[in-house]
Amino acid sequence: MKLTPSVLEIDCAAEVERITKRMIEIVAGEQRRRGVIIALSGGVDSSVSGALAVHAFGPKKVFGLMLPERDSKSSSKDLGQRVAEQFGIAHAVENIGPTLEAIGCYRWRDEAMRRVFPAYADDWKSKIAIAGGTEGRINFFKLIVQSPDGMVQEARLPIQEYLQIVAATNYKQRIRKTVEYFHADRLNYAVIGTPNRLEYDQGFFVKNGDGAADIKPIAHLYKTQVYALARHLGLPEEVCSAMPTTDTYSLQQGQDEFYFSLPYDKMDLALWAHNNGLPAAELASCLGIDQARAEFIYNDIESKRRATAYLHARPALIEPVSQVHA
Amino acid sequence: MSDIKNQVRAYIADNFVMGSNAAKFADSDSFLDLHIIDSTGFLELITFLEEKFGIQVEDEEMIPENLDSLDNIEAYVSKKLVKV
Repeated sequence: MKLTPSVLEIDCAAEVERITKRMIEIVAGEQRRRGVIIALSGGVDSSVSGALAVHAFGPKKVFGLMLPERDSKSSSKDLGQRVAEQFGIAHAVENIGPTLEAIGCYRWRDEAMRRVFPAYADDWKSKIAIAGGTEGRINFFKLIVQSPDGMVQEARLPIQEYLQIVAATNYKQRIRKTVEYFHADRLNYAVIGTPNRLEYDQGFFVKNGDGAADIKPIAHLYKTQVYALARHLGLPEEVCSAMPTTDTYSLQQGQDEFYFSLPYDKMDLALWAHNNGLPAAELASCLGIDQARAEFIYNDIESKRRATAYLHARPALIEPVSQVHA
Repeated sequence: MSDIKNQVRAYIADNFVMGSNAAKFADSDSFLDLHIIDSTGFLELITFLEEKFGIQVEDEEMIPENLDSLDNIEAYVSKKLVKV
């Protein structure tokens, strides 16, 4: 079988029909909720999920949330609001920055960053980047900082500092989810999770943060397919053409830089090829890379699946409780 | 068994295996294949090697051929200690 981008083409109208039918069955029929909560980040995944929710339940049964904080771009909130207004859904903006400040998110993060760069201060910017895995090495993370005069420095993150920075920034996703569930409880709604297939498969989410949800309507779709649905659903051009970012660190940071190591369109093809049993040589030919690199990519996919399996797992019990059926 | 292997095996047994599968891995076994160490675990292992043996593991040296078995670690650390 020849690998080309066309393998990811879908019948968008039929897919919208299929997803929205299942959303109604799950939310109303199985979960007995009266509507859904969608946090709108301005990105393509949450925008498409929100639009699908409106197609499924109508705008009056969807409640949108914009949850900005200190490091998220103001354009994220604005775009989220535009999507909410386009689809006519009630929405609220809740700035989670003061909550994150109070709980120590920024303090813990910056303290770890200062152990690597002692001069790091509030007016500096920062991000984390992944390296290694797709070149056949062990994955590791670099801290990249920029001082106010524009000078950029980077260093490999020791394990303790890496874990502390990630733990601190994970507060952002977990506080957002806490706010989402407040509104879900208040309205007797279900919460929508918005991972696409790359994120879901490769474990790119925070356990009990953005990974927590009652329904994940696009977790089976490759990112390329989510973009196709965005255009089909008539979302704003800025959403349809936006590159995936984490919107978590103060320096501009693509998802490929933080986690996937490859741009989403290539990562989609790699994951599809791997899932469908295509040899690494076929992926290499499609992406214009050598076969060894393609094999490293396949290995990296498996490595991330193994490393993040516990993120998907339910809490383990010492023995089954047979009376509980969930 | 060499001193390097003994120290690394003890570290892995104490911090990764913790008695869960009795640390039944041979010197040549891949930690990755046996699911003993994942990518975060390798970063912990690297910190241990750097602190225990006073070496600096360079980015380009973070490869399975240097780190993914007791045999590989012994060969790698021994080579680094000669340079130090």
